[in-house]
Amino acid sequence: MIKVLLFAQLRDESGKEAISIEGNGWSVAELKGKMEAEYQLGGLETVMTAVNEEFADDNTILSDGDTVAFIPPVSGG
Amino acid sequence: MNYNLSKEPIVIQDVIDKVVKRNAGAITTFIGTVRELTKGKKTLFLVYEAYEPMAIKKLAQIGAEIKVRWPEAETAITHRVGKLDITDIAVVIAVSTPHRNDAYEANRYAIERIKEIVPIWKKEHWEDGETWIGNQLETVSYPTGKPKEVDIHD
Repeated sequence: MIKVLLFAQLRDESGKEAISIEGNGWSVAELKGKMEAEYQLGGLETVMTAVNEEFADDNTILSDGDTVAFIPPVSGG
Repeated sequence: MNYNLSKEPIVIQDVIDKVVKRNAGAITTFIGTVRELTKGKKTLFLVYEAYEPMAIKKLAQIGAEIKVRWPEAETAITHRVGKLDITDIAVVIAVSTPHRNDAYEANRYAIERIKEIVPIWKKEHWEDGETWIGNQLETVSYPTGKPKEVDIHD
């Protein structure tokens, strides 16, 4: 299983903080497509992705046990 | 720990104390505070949310980047999370270096990098609604309905 963390407006839109999904061997891009379809999340193509707390690109391949975070544009400071 | 998130009000002196060293001739301190007016719109309060373990890692990464550019610099950063009122302190960055110019430049570098890579989000609660602020240029935003206290995480 892959654990997917949602923040900010993605959390508001989905009503969820975290989702577990069978995604072993998927790319980040495939995961985004699946999440958009199943959870009505919009605009995932514009968010950054972190895998295991490091930024990753759409081609990164996911493995069981990974934690993926979708990171909308940040606004700290 | 030089890189922290805090649910409690930030004590500025505590952040400064972390970068004190005998060979420092300058300590610059940046204090980011919550302003009331943004483009004429009045903020009631705001809420910062973070992906906490990654945010701390990325703050530490900024400290490491500063070390590469300014090898003698010491950096400490504390960012607040949760609900903040107008004038509250959102972030404190302290940098010490042997000479003042480097301390100013490295401190500026730290705040600019926070706005690029640290997973912290600000939700503005205005008189007439609320918005997740998409980025610091406010070119992306996500307006929703009226402010509701139930939206507030602590």
